[in-house]
Amino acid sequence: MSILELSGVEKNFGAVRVLNGVDLNVSAGEVVGLVGDNGAGKSTLMKSITGVYSIDRGKVAFDGKDITGSEPGARRDLGIEMIYQDLALAPQQDVANNIFLGREPTKRLFGIFPSFVDKSRIDAEARLMLDRLGVHVPGIDIPVGMLSGGQQQTIAIARALTFRPKLVIMDEPTAALAVREVESVLKLIGQMKEDGIATILISHRLNDVFEACGRIVVLRRGDVIADLNRSETDMSEVVSYIVGANG
Amino acid sequence: MLKFLERTHIRIESLAVLAGLIVIMAVFSPTTGSGTRVFLTANNFFNIILATATFGILAIGATFVIAAAGIDLSLGSVLGLASVTGAALVVTLEMPWYFAIVGALAAGTAAGAVNGFIVTRGRVPAFIVTLGMLGIARGLALIISSGRGIYGLPDEVLFLGQARPWGVPTPVFILAAVALVSHYVLAHTPFGHHTLALGDNESAARATGVNVRRQRMLLYMISGLMAGIAGLIFTARVNTGDPTAGLNYELLAITAAIIGGTNLFGGRGSILGTMIGALIMGVLQNGLNLMAVQAYYQQMAIGAVLIAAVWLDQVRSRGRQAH
Repeated sequence: MSILELSGVEKNFGAVRVLNGVDLNVSAGEVVGLVGDNGAGKSTLMKSITGVYSIDRGKVAFDGKDITGSEPGARRDLGIEMIYQDLALAPQQDVANNIFLGREPTKRLFGIFPSFVDKSRIDAEARLMLDRLGVHVPGIDIPVGMLSGGQQQTIAIARALTFRPKLVIMDEPTAALAVREVESVLKLIGQMKEDGIATILISHRLNDVFEACGRIVVLRRGDVIADLNRSETDMSEVVSYIVGANG
Repeated sequence: MLKFLERTHIRIESLAVLAGLIVIMAVFSPTTGSGTRVFLTANNFFNIILATATFGILAIGATFVIAAAGIDLSLGSVLGLASVTGAALVVTLEMPWYFAIVGALAAGTAAGAVNGFIVTRGRVPAFIVTLGMLGIARGLALIISSGRGIYGLPDEVLFLGQARPWGVPTPVFILAAVALVSHYVLAHTPFGHHTLALGDNESAARATGVNVRRQRMLLYMISGLMAGIAGLIFTARVNTGDPTAGLNYELLAITAAIIGGTNLFGGRGSILGTMIGALIMGVLQNGLNLMAVQAYYQQMAIGAVLIAAVWLDQVRSRGRQAH
């Protein structure tokens, strides 16, 4: 049963058509690799799923509901999380606040004053989450901007997982990481799969895609030109689709 | 204590500057007839707080906007507009006294709403929009008042500027109340968290579901509201709706916010820090007054402090990135 269903998704930026009627289904617990050359439309497609971009034609359905016109916040509430390539973290805010950014739990201060951000709960739950994921940071009260790229990436993943998402989209999560850090990210993806979380992994690193994904979708100039099962394909076939040698 | 300072972004340097200024003023200010230094008298203490109250409230508005990587250059002019609007309603149009309050706050908030609307909808840089508003609001204030002060407000209004319940001037209570509520909002509510995140990384804020446009709009309205409150206090203190009220106060307000640890480029700011910054400016001004330094030189000193504060901040952040 598909958790995400895209049908005929089109997106134009002015006169430039970036998505050319894309169909794509993703099932719960499935890890799909989305590959394609620069400008193929991968990031645009993902932002159409999260709602950052509104699409010009087509339909986006999630968990059986039509969400084509929904705001990013509403889609997030339904369980769609995205981890951005450009690390959507606020560098001067601390680790815990970044994990809860946009969803701060509140209480009444002294039982009277409303909307008091429950900072001790944020700190406690953030620490719990990082421990569960086996993520090590020097402290949850230091600004995120002081951490290394790999640590920031794991914070971004931790944020995505804190709210029990059903679909996580990762845009080049391993691009800026050291080898050991890549391993831990791929391990995290495996862990998420076991929890029944669907993942779409965008990456230029085909090694990572082949290691983590059961299915590989190739996007070329705004079209899905191949939808391959990992066990029935190999790297050279995927590359030939990416560069257009196969049509 | 250190932890508290860190959490509230109050800088040890700014506390040191404040302490240093107080010592300098205490030592060098002239003596009274009875031999004590003028600076150290209780009366002068209230003078400082009174002066600080007006631009301190403006500085709170500046803190909200700057923490979100915006700027409001129209603060001083909007103060003037609010001052004459409130006074004109009550004195010229003979409306009940509380229209001085309603009018001042509404005029300020409306000017802020116009700023916010053009910044968010028109995508005109805040620097330009609020610079334009600096001219528009001042011009409007002069038009409403025909360029003259509007004298003679009712006692209920004057109470807000001139009374001394329990010996403490009313504006001090107003400043304290505004500062407390603002601190709560900026440091402890989702709205405040979103404000800082927005100033830190706008796309991050948007991606996590923050309604960036609405947030910015509200921030400029808060800034305008602060100018309205400050305008009301000004009117009540001098018993006049003054079209030239608050001239160059944006300089004081922005300087106070920056000295108080607000990051000019957004993402960091605290009301408590801003209050320290405002006190520094208040003590500096008061001390220079007591030492009979001409107003012209004071303007230069305040401008120099602003540049120095931002310069120091740049040096510090370069130091932070280096390691």
